Amino acid sequence: MPFPLLSSIIFLPLLAGLLILFIPKGRTGIIKGVATAATGITLLFTVFMVTGFDYNNTLMQFSEKLSWIPQVNINYHLGVDGISIGLVFLTALLGFLACIGSFGIRERQKEYYFLYLLLNTGMLGTFLSLDLFLFYVFWELVLVPMYFLIGIWGGPRREYAAIKFFIYTLAGSVAMLLSILALYFTSQPHTFNMLELAAAGSAFAKSFQIMVFVGFYLGFAIKVPVFPFHTWLPDAHVEAPTPISVLLAGVLLKMGGYGFFRISFPILKDAAIYFALPFAMLGLINIVYGAFVAMAQTDFKKMVAYSSVSHMGFVMLGLASMTVTGFNGALMQMFNHGIITGGMFLLVGVIYDRAHTRDLDKFGGLGAKMPVYAGVLVVFTLASLGLPGLSGFVSEFMSLMGGFTAFRTITIISVLGIVITAGYFLYMIQRVLLGPLNAAWAGIADINKRELFTLVPLMVVTVAIGVYPLIILNYQSPAITELVRQIGGLLL
Amino acid sequence: MSAAESIRYFLPELILAGSAVLVLIAGLFVGKKAVLGVFCLAAILLSIFCMPHSYEAAGPLFSNMLLNDTFSEFFKEISLLVIGLVILISLGYKGFSDEDAGEYYFLLLAAAVAMMVAASSNNLMMIYISLEAISLISYMLTAFLKRDRFSSEAALKYFLFGALATGVMLYGISFIYGIFGTTDLSVISGMLNTAGANSLAAAVALLLVFAGLSFKCALVPFHMWVPDAYQGAPTPITAFLSAGPKAIGFAILVRVFLKNFFPLFTGWSDVAQAVAIITMTAGNIIAINQEDIKRMLGYSSIAQAGYILIGFVVGTSLGIQAVMYYLIAYVLMNIGAFGCVILVSNSIKSDHIGEYTGLAKREPVLAFMLTVFLLSLAGIPPLAGFFGKFLVFASAIQSKYYILAVAGIVNSVLAVYYYMKVVKFMYMGEPRMMAREHKPLPVKLALIIALAGVLILGLFPVPFLRWIGNSLL
Repeated sequence: MPFPLLSSIIFLPLLAGLLILFIPKGRTGIIKGVATAATGITLLFTVFMVTGFDYNNTLMQFSEKLSWIPQVNINYHLGVDGISIGLVFLTALLGFLACIGSFGIRERQKEYYFLYLLLNTGMLGTFLSLDLFLFYVFWELVLVPMYFLIGIWGGPRREYAAIKFFIYTLAGSVAMLLSILALYFTSQPHTFNMLELAAAGSAFAKSFQIMVFVGFYLGFAIKVPVFPFHTWLPDAHVEAPTPISVLLAGVLLKMGGYGFFRISFPILKDAAIYFALPFAMLGLINIVYGAFVAMAQTDFKKMVAYSSVSHMGFVMLGLASMTVTGFNGALMQMFNHGIITGGMFLLVGVIYDRAHTRDLDKFGGLGAKMPVYAGVLVVFTLASLGLPGLSGFVSEFMSLMGGFTAFRTITIISVLGIVITAGYFLYMIQRVLLGPLNAAWAGIADINKRELFTLVPLMVVTVAIGVYPLIILNYQSPAITELVRQIGGLLL
Repeated sequence: MSAAESIRYFLPELILAGSAVLVLIAGLFVGKKAVLGVFCLAAILLSIFCMPHSYEAAGPLFSNMLLNDTFSEFFKEISLLVIGLVILISLGYKGFSDEDAGEYYFLLLAAAVAMMVAASSNNLMMIYISLEAISLISYMLTAFLKRDRFSSEAALKYFLFGALATGVMLYGISFIYGIFGTTDLSVISGMLNTAGANSLAAAVALLLVFAGLSFKCALVPFHMWVPDAYQGAPTPITAFLSAGPKAIGFAILVRVFLKNFFPLFTGWSDVAQAVAIITMTAGNIIAINQEDIKRMLGYSSIAQAGYILIGFVVGTSLGIQAVMYYLIAYVLMNIGAFGCVILVSNSIKSDHIGEYTGLAKREPVLAFMLTVFLLSLAGIPPLAGFFGKFLVFASAIQSKYYILAVAGIVNSVLAVYYYMKVVKFMYMGEPRMMAREHKPLPVKLALIIALAGVLILGLFPVPFLRWIGNSLL
């Protein structure tokens, strides 16, 4: 039996978390060390996975399959392909960096790192599962630690935000559970295997597909979040501590998008085609509405949170296009958004730790006081607003290009979103970095080495993909092409 | 099988009945409840050891009054698990004194015998008598805190509702006797399969029997006694009431309706469907505003009964398996939750949810355990409660009961709110002053068994599914 690489990636954080439970709570140094080492080794394992990945092969790689509950044909089935590999790497990278970013947490550290590692296991498992039951278990496993992480270490309205997050996402996922069961009982022979279901999917009646699609849609759309299910997101983001906001925006939102790629579209392709127009319209609403709301914010973190709503709209638009370009753009947008917005939340955290406020109107002139911070912030801002040469541009452009072939008018209006995005981000730069220095911040310190260490890798990835997008397209494109061929989309 | 031959297969019940009498007498001389409790546990273990394996000799006992089959064996074992856990948590409960211990354990062992007989009853009269025995013991145990007004009030309410419900059930049984001329379930089942019956009269009779059993399972509208009885009873008894009679109620529902009266059941499963939906919805909605944790768990157990009833309504093999699986999970997580409640109330002297604030800082292990039990009740994977719900919903989807499935998931979301409310208080508040109480070993043992069960049932359900599969009717 070969080395179970994927299982190691998933369960290493959990094992470390259990180990932490046995460390006395005063020994915070050891606790942090164990957590960092675990996330670091997990990242290392994902690097092995990425380097060992054959990207011309569109089948599942590093597969592991064990029978789990044979009475109902449930298997412990893992695998990675071009669609999930980027997201797994993203999760491990952000998991490691946000762990270092967590060193600022001073309260109840033992519980914090235990829950943090449990969260990592849930997220990685979600992206690597190929069995719907297993997928659901990991999907739900994410909820519980997230609830505690927001509710205990969050801001003033943390309890409200935590329970709102929990109930919203649970409501979506139980709807998904019914769809999973419906697929199981409709398939012959009964199976939870995503690959077998994808192969058998075309035999399902269209009306049935539409019903099941709606169930999955509730689960995924709440996570993404798609308008009008987005209202949990600003609350959760604003109240969550910085590293958790990074994972929320960077990884949790992608779980929804990933669900469309892995489950909804391949298995229920007739329904996906049926719903293409609503998808495009919802994408448009997300892009434009999210951008306008972001512009109106005075809270730095809330602004970034709404910018996520806007950016995730491109994923919806790309998916709606049913073209290779659009799909590639959508998947890449998820990766890029994770990197860029993860960085943005870290930057918000840096300034909040020093100023203890996030009110944009209270800053001003910080560029002179914090030159390094200012430089990094500008890079991430430009990446986020889609400046060519940085990663955000590539994926948004591809999403729009895909969308243009399918929904011309909607795509043209969507482009408006980019303009508004540029508007609010530059306005933010102006209010934070430029202008006269607010005397209250005369003694503010620049970004420190630890904080910089968490941001530099993200910056490197952003620039690298922006300059040479093939480093990611090479991995995902063959799988995407195969997916589009399967569901009968345009091979453009 | 004649009475003399049957005795061999009735050994576990006899051992328990004998031990019960012994405990009652010994209670007069032995002043320590711990000693008596350990004796009871030994009796239970011996009884499990002597359990006849029905696959060796399945068959009717005592002129077909009892049926010794795998299904009854399953529920006998569940009954013994319930009583065993209840005795363990009773050992750490400070509500009653050593001098009452003899009576207390006598009643618990007697309840075990009654439950085991009920699980194997194959005659409506036997069912009636054994259920009545369980009820009478439950009333007495509820009123066990003699000097506590709530305890007495609870028992009185419970008694009045119980008397009404069993009266209705007996009335129904009299109809059935009128129609079929017998109360023997096997005979009735044979007649139904060959000849059929006057369906209207039979439906009315069955509805009356269903009402009586609804009282045992705490289904709406026969749930009114639950919150008061749960709040007023000594907490270990609350745990018993929430698990034992309910499991037996479902066992009898399945045996009577799905095995013997199945040809008639299909006609009015709509009624049961409505009851399921109303039960879970009412239980969950009322639970949201409860401030006493025992009342809250009471309403939660009403809602849980609603989910379990889904499997019963569906009535397929998968549905029955779901009912059985859910019941094991339910017994473990509910008794576990009540065990935690006992330990918490030992240290904070209150059952008020608001008083749980900051518990996680003072009692991290206890808070963690209670959280796991509550999450399992809420149906969060990978815990036992989730897999139970999964099977229940699966059975509903398989048989195209979509309304039931949707009602079930909507309710699961509703329920999360009040379960998480307790968790919120425990983890997100500052602790009040409280004495760190010594935790009695037996309660810890019970909690460890329940916790391990909740985790194993959720993560590795295979052996349990196999067991249930072998125990189907």
